[in-house]
Amino acid sequence: MTVTLSHSTLTGPTFTGLRCKECGHAYEATARHVCEDVCFGPLEVVYDYDAIRARVSRATIEAGPTSIWRYREFLPIEGDPIDVGTGFTPLLKANRLARRLGLKNLYIKNDGVNMPTLSFKDRVVSVALTRARELGFTTVSCASTGNLANSTAAIAAHAGLECCVFIPSDLELGKVLGTLIYNPTLMAVKGNYDQVNRLCSEVANTYGWGFVNINLRPYYSEGSKTLGYEVIEQLGWQLPDHIVAPLASGSLFTKIRKGFDEFIKVGLVDEKPVRFSGAQAEGCSPIAQAFAEGRDFITPVKPNTIAKSIAIGNPADGPYAIDIANKTGGNIAAVNDEEIVDGIKLLAETEGVFTETAGGTTIAVLKKLVEQGKIDPNETTVAYITGNGLKTTEAIASAIGEPFLIEAQLDSFNRAWERAQALHRADWDTIG
Amino acid sequence: MAIQVLIPTPLQKFTSNAASVDLDATSVDELLQALEGHFPGILARLCDENGKLRRFLNVYVNSEDIRFLDNQTTPLKDGDEVSIVPAVAGG
Repeated sequence: MTVTLSHSTLTGPTFTGLRCKECGHAYEATARHVCEDVCFGPLEVVYDYDAIRARVSRATIEAGPTSIWRYREFLPIEGDPIDVGTGFTPLLKANRLARRLGLKNLYIKNDGVNMPTLSFKDRVVSVALTRARELGFTTVSCASTGNLANSTAAIAAHAGLECCVFIPSDLELGKVLGTLIYNPTLMAVKGNYDQVNRLCSEVANTYGWGFVNINLRPYYSEGSKTLGYEVIEQLGWQLPDHIVAPLASGSLFTKIRKGFDEFIKVGLVDEKPVRFSGAQAEGCSPIAQAFAEGRDFITPVKPNTIAKSIAIGNPADGPYAIDIANKTGGNIAAVNDEEIVDGIKLLAETEGVFTETAGGTTIAVLKKLVEQGKIDPNETTVAYITGNGLKTTEAIASAIGEPFLIEAQLDSFNRAWERAQALHRADWDTIG
Repeated sequence: MAIQVLIPTPLQKFTSNAASVDLDATSVDELLQALEGHFPGILARLCDENGKLRRFLNVYVNSEDIRFLDNQTTPLKDGDEVSIVPAVAGG
C-alpha cells in the first residue's frame, strides 16, 4: 500500500506510542487496546507536545480544512487522513432554549449534522479508519448501538475497506437501514450491546480485523477530542464555563476534557475551570447511580430505555467520567424516557434542532440541573448534541401529534385551521 | 466434562497460544487458582494483590457477567463456559 506524503507528514508524526492510563506501562503504536503486560487498563496515545506546540498556532489551525483535520497534529495518524468532511459542526447560540430554561449563555454543539452519517461517531471513525489503513488492515469492524455502525460502514465504503459490523438485533429501523445502505456485512446479534461487545472481543481475538472500538480504541477515542477543540475555537478561542454531554461508555466525556487540557497545554487557550456534567437515561444509568452513591466503581446494569444509542450497561470509561465530574464540580444525572422525549421536543421547538434520544437525554438533564440550581444562569454552558433525530423517529412518533388531513378546498382548510388554533391555545395553557 | 475457559489473546502467551482450556473447578475463585496451577503467572495478570479481579476485566459464566451473579464466589458446574474479556469502549 502506498501513502501519498503531504508536506506536514514530512515533518513526522506527533505521537510516539501508547501508554497505560492506569499503570503507565509503555507500548508501541500498534493495534492494541489494553495493558496486556501488567494490569489490563486502557491504553492511550502519547504525544510529543513540544513538537505540537512548535507546529501549531491559532492561525495555522484557522487556515486548515473545515473538518476535524484542521487539528491533525493532535490526532494519532502518520500520513494523509481519510477526509470525508467530518467535524466543524455548528455551535449554535441557543437563545430561545436558554430563555425557556432560565439561562443566559447557552450554546448547542450540533453534531446531529456531522458528516457523513449525522453523529459524533464520524469523528472517531475518521481517525480510527485512517489509522487502520496505516496499520495495514483491509477489513474493519465494530460493535455498535447504531451510530457507530452507520459511520464505520459509510467511511469504510469511502475508503474502500471491507466492513463487517455488529449491532443488537432490536435497534431502530433508521439505524439498521442507515448501515445496510453502504453494503457492509451486518450482524444483528440477539442480545444487548454489552453482549454484542463481548462477542466482538472474541471475534477480535480470532479474526485479523481492525475493530474500531476494540483493538483500534486508543486511536478511535482520540477523535472525540475534536469536540473540545472546536468549541474552544468557535467560542472565539475561549473555554466555556460548563459543559453537559451524554454518557454511554464515558469515553466522549473524558476526551472533551482531554481536548480542553491539550489546548491549554500548548498555549492555544487560557486556562480556567470548566465544569463537566454528564447525562444518562434512567433505564441505563450505571454511572449516574455510582455518582449519586459516591462510588468510584461501576456496578453494571441491564439496559431498558428508549435511548438505545447510549444504552451501555457496563461502561468502560465510567470511573474516569465520575472522577472528572467530581474534580470539576460538575454533576451526573439521569432522566426517564418521558423526559427524554420532552427534551427532544423542547430542543426542536425552541432551536430547530431535531436530535435523537441521546440528545433528548442531554437536554432533559440540562433542564433538570438548571431546576436544581446546579447550573449558574450566567455560566457559558455548552450542551453537546451527538446525533440526529431522523434516525430514531420511533422514539417520538406517538408524542408529536399528527398532520391535519384536509380536502383540497378552502373551507376544509378553514375548519382545520380553527381547530389548530384551538389546540395551540390549549398547549400554551399547559405550558403556563 | 469440565469447565471450558476462553482465554483472551493477551493472555494466550501463558496458555501456549491456546484460545480455550478445560479445567475443573466449583467456583470462579477456584477456577482462577486452577488457571494459576496450570499456567503460572497468569493469576497476577487477572487479579490485583488482594486477589480481586482487575477492574478492567470482565468475566462471564455462560454469557452472564459474574457481577450479576455472585462475583468470584459464583458457583461453576461441569459444562459451564467461562470467558475472560477485557473491557472495551462503546458506541
